[in-house]
Amino acid sequence: MRVKTQRSVSDIHRKDRTIWLAVPINKISNSFADAVADIPSGASIMIGGFGGAGGQPTRLMMALRELGVGDLTIIGNVAGISKTTGYGWPDHLYPIDQGMFFESGQATKIICSFPVPGTTNPLSEIEKAWREGNAQVDIVPQGTLIERIRAAGAGIPAFYTPTGVGTPVAEGKEHREFNGRTYLLEQALTADFALIRAQKADARGNLQYIGTSRAFNPAMATAAKVTIVEVDEIVEIGGIDPERVGTLSTYVNRIVQREAGDPLP
Amino acid sequence: MNVTPAIVGNDPAPRLNRAAIAKRAARDLVDGSTVNLGIGIPALCADFLPNGVELLYHAENGILGFKELSAPGEGDPNLMDAGGKFPKLVPGMAFFDSVESFNLIRGGHIDVTVLGALQVSRNGDLANWMIPKRGIGSIGGAMDLAANAKRVVIAMEHTARGDITKIVNECTFPLTAPGCVDEIITDIAVIKIDRENGRMILRETAPGWSFADVQARTEVTLDTVGEVGLMA
Repeated sequence: MRVKTQRSVSDIHRKDRTIWLAVPINKISNSFADAVADIPSGASIMIGGFGGAGGQPTRLMMALRELGVGDLTIIGNVAGISKTTGYGWPDHLYPIDQGMFFESGQATKIICSFPVPGTTNPLSEIEKAWREGNAQVDIVPQGTLIERIRAAGAGIPAFYTPTGVGTPVAEGKEHREFNGRTYLLEQALTADFALIRAQKADARGNLQYIGTSRAFNPAMATAAKVTIVEVDEIVEIGGIDPERVGTLSTYVNRIVQREAGDPLP
Repeated sequence: MNVTPAIVGNDPAPRLNRAAIAKRAARDLVDGSTVNLGIGIPALCADFLPNGVELLYHAENGILGFKELSAPGEGDPNLMDAGGKFPKLVPGMAFFDSVESFNLIRGGHIDVTVLGALQVSRNGDLANWMIPKRGIGSIGGAMDLAANAKRVVIAMEHTARGDITKIVNECTFPLTAPGCVDEIITDIAVIKIDRENGRMILRETAPGWSFADVQARTEVTLDTVGEVGLMA
């Protein structure tokens, strides 16, 4: 690790007593393997980003794959279509996506909005596992999925949405009319772990995002019991402009920094 | 009203290609609108905006105000659209997370969405996310867009492979949203949907196509109001 944040307490104390009082327990993991080491079989795991390379916690996903635990429930958005379509990946790179946990047999269920591409040639890993009866696939409208995650983090157990009324996703759900329009009751969605991706973290765990890499990351950070963040760079406290903090350190449990010059986006 | 369509294999004239469908759809987009274009033919609309029309493009992944794509091989994965392509950074662009992105959609702030379809029914029901035979499909942002955009335009080929009608009295495919479609633009016709009265009004046909030619490939009995124009 090349983290340059381990200043002595007395240094910080001299500079700013308030910061010293609030110095958190160390959230920095030394490796991706360490960061995911306590994820057990049977865990539910949110994987951030949108789909595609940007905002995806690719190194954490690879570490989870390496860890080998099974019976996982994955919660994602556009899931497992990049490998066969190149979706959201630069042309010269071999795409990595959530399908890896179905290829390895680690995941038995996915909750997402977009599990399959338009084409079935070749079949994506998720569709393959689903066809073989090895995976349950819950398909949720994207706006409902993100709001269920947001609600979980915000302490709201359920909410009404107009999306999905009159479609298969409405089956078995409470309907209620407000001002002449019909809405569905949808429930908050939490998880044991969230693996997310940010551009920068400070040593306290405040996160800064870049471009369109936000997507599902900020909401997922609030909704899981344990939030683990993959970042390009860890900076010292004060290294992120308070105006640019995209996720508050309170939500963040672990931070792990990529190697400089990592060829994966 | 129920008519079994006589599906005719012999077209009277060429159908418009995908780009021409998009070009016709683009003609109706109003300057200054906030617009979400679905993948496929709808995404091509951006290439055919009339002179002087500027739109604010929204994509579900959290970007507003994008324009042209980066050159092949030059895209930034952190600057993506919802189709997984990489637009260029341009002035006035805004980035946001998925909560905000769907506040924009669900809250009714998208003026127009142009989407593809598998089936559209007489009363404007839309089915575009799953072919029942496959048994698995992808919803993505389609249900939120179809249910909540101020205006829903479908840009699609008029019939499926084998000249199977896609404009039907009742959708047999799982719905994306009921009663949401305002207009359908296809490779042979422009059809406006009068949802209140469950009527489909043929507004334009492709060059060389008559009312009867379009009707023969459409399960819903079509109406007209005044002259039927020419798609161009």
